[in-house]
Amino acid sequence: MSRHTLSVLVEDKPGVLTRVAGLFARRAFNIQSLAVGPTEHAEISRITVVVDVEDHPLEQVTKQLNKLVHVIKIVELDPESSVQRELLLVKVKADQATRSGVLEVVELFRAKVVDVVPDTVVIEATGTGSKLEALLTALEPYGIREIVKSGTLAVGRGSRSITDRALERVRSA
Amino acid sequence: MGQPNPTPAQVAARTAPRPVERRVDEQVTGAESIVKSLEAVGVDTVFGIPGGAILPTYDPLMDSQKLRHILVRHEQGGGHAASGYAHATGRVGVTMATSGPGATNLVTPLADANMDSIPMVAITGQVAAPAIGTDAFQEADIVGITMPITKHSYLVTDPAEIPRTIAEAFHIASTGRPGPVLVDIAKSAMQAQTTFSWPQQPALPGYHPVTKPHAKQIREAAKLLATARRPVLYVGGGAVRSGAAAELRRLVDVSGAAVVTTLMARGAVPDSHPQHLGMPGMHGTVPAVAALQKADLIVALGARFDDRVTGKLSSFAPHAAVVHADIDPAEIGKNRAVDVPIVGDLREVIGDLVPALEAEHAKVGRPDVEAWWHQIDTWRETYPLGYTSTDDGHLAPQSVISRLGELAGPDAIYVAGVGQHQMWASQFIRYERPNTWINSGGLGTMGYSVPAAMGAKAGAPDREVWAIDGDGCFQMTNQELATCAINDIPIKVALINNSSLGMVRQWQTLFYNERYSNTDLHTGHGTARIPDFVKLAEAYGCVGIRVEHPGEVDAAIKKAQEINDRPVVVDFTVSRDAMVWPMVAAGVSNDDIQYARGISPAWERED
Repeated sequence: MSRHTLSVLVEDKPGVLTRVAGLFARRAFNIQSLAVGPTEHAEISRITVVVDVEDHPLEQVTKQLNKLVHVIKIVELDPESSVQRELLLVKVKADQATRSGVLEVVELFRAKVVDVVPDTVVIEATGTGSKLEALLTALEPYGIREIVKSGTLAVGRGSRSITDRALERVRSA
Repeated sequence: MGQPNPTPAQVAARTAPRPVERRVDEQVTGAESIVKSLEAVGVDTVFGIPGGAILPTYDPLMDSQKLRHILVRHEQGGGHAASGYAHATGRVGVTMATSGPGATNLVTPLADANMDSIPMVAITGQVAAPAIGTDAFQEADIVGITMPITKHSYLVTDPAEIPRTIAEAFHIASTGRPGPVLVDIAKSAMQAQTTFSWPQQPALPGYHPVTKPHAKQIREAAKLLATARRPVLYVGGGAVRSGAAAELRRLVDVSGAAVVTTLMARGAVPDSHPQHLGMPGMHGTVPAVAALQKADLIVALGARFDDRVTGKLSSFAPHAAVVHADIDPAEIGKNRAVDVPIVGDLREVIGDLVPALEAEHAKVGRPDVEAWWHQIDTWRETYPLGYTSTDDGHLAPQSVISRLGELAGPDAIYVAGVGQHQMWASQFIRYERPNTWINSGGLGTMGYSVPAAMGAKAGAPDREVWAIDGDGCFQMTNQELATCAINDIPIKVALINNSSLGMVRQWQTLFYNERYSNTDLHTGHGTARIPDFVKLAEAYGCVGIRVEHPGEVDAAIKKAQEINDRPVVVDFTVSRDAMVWPMVAAGVSNDDIQYARGISPAWERED
């Protein structure tokens, strides 16, 4: 199995996420992570899907996705030539005795504290999956209360935009 | 590739200009907008049944001069009728139903149409928009339910969206790889005032079916076909859908290759053509199955390497290079690795391939396929399609179906259910042209025959339409005989009544030690005959004829052919021990095909 990151540009229509997610389930493809949000163009949403598949099934995934009427374009983003990030919010025990230790970890990982009460802090961090894993390992001894993590977001490096041509299609349709 | 002549598809597009449509903007109700949109898109027949949520639409429907609405007895019947109509006419079949149970009854026909790539639009009523999501009376999330089994679907709550949505639905259903599209419309949208605007341009930025094949791939395919020593054209239902029979005939003649037609493609190449080996697959002919196994080149044309064709996939056609042409890119390479992929409409693909092949022949000469044909002819002589007579004194079902094919001829339309009778109808009727054989291939929907025959007859009233059905299938959907009788749709039903779920029984005979668990239907000779199909036919206002002896077969068929003012049901009570042969058991290699029980061809000697 190898990991692939797909950027799926879709029309911003009701039910489109269900169609995409349903297709993965129906064709027995495993989704590692999924993130969806608006783009610079109101008509287009962008779904970033990370899947663990071999090359042949990956081709099936993209072909089947392309058959969905609301899917405009699919681009596979190679980790070497793209920036891939996740967002993590983690609630960690931090009282007077341990707070400085926690804050040191926050500092080391260039994360930040976004909420403080006497016995806990909420830490916000972005990064690659492995960096966030490392952060969590470092925080573990202090007592993790709650973890929230986004799916991976990814964008290609360099000046090219994958949404431009997709937009032409939407506008000319 | 230099293309001096336009493709037939281009010619067709040129000679059939779209009529210039006058711009219309009218104040109407949403319900009227639905009816006007269906009229404007060219619909002439709708198979449906009203209910609460679709009720507003049925009011203006009553006044339509252009739409013939045929009131079916069950939504499943309406859906399969739309399918039969589409099969017989090549146009989009339309079915209409109400919300909730009306819509869920369409699930099977939609799944069936999705598997067999049938252009169909289903219009369903939905509860009023404010009630959606509240578990209202007769509410079902039919868009959600049918998402995996439709090509696309819509939920319309804004009446202004009705004309564009219906225009898009028909466009999607009928272009690219055809398929079913569901349009679910809230009752509140039907009741609201709106503007009906026509014509409508589909706004589908993500939908661009490729019809024109890549010239380089065509050349590659031509090269392989010009040099292959054991070539087979593997023709699937796509050839029928794209209307490519004429082009295909040219390719068969020019290539000199062997040709097989799948269950969905019967009739795409005339059965009388000397290069035609018949149907491949689980119940295919030995020559067709063997030719694919021994081929050095398979040119798949609108076929999808279904498990019923390939048998055990890893041992399918081990020596063959594969050219795969299909309008759906996702089919190419899905099951079998491909050497030359060609995405495009088959009519254009084959239209381009023929001159490319002729150019190759001019360059390298024609391939030497003499040895190949010698081998094929040996198979044909040794293993012709046939059957043995019964030893219980009852009719052989194959003989009944053979005679029906001979008497009704190649211009009749034959519509099968699913099971043994379907396989025999595919095997023993000689199909000479496309759109004469209609059946449920992919989904294998028992009960398909009667409603689909009804739809075919409604779409092609001048053709003789025979439903070839089994006693099990017939009991699932025979209520549509009432629809046929009342609406002057005189279909003929040849009931191949073996008093059991025959195909299941055959497997119980072969694989379950003759333990016949729950396959006895008590409808045949010497049983309680529940129901009595002759009486049932009469109850529905049809003519019922019972046939129990070989001497009565021809007379009954001829009598049925003479009756055209009402449907006819001929109850042929046949032997229940007849089995479908040849057979490749599920999951085994096609090399292990059995010609008849316990008789396998000895390949080694022939190699």
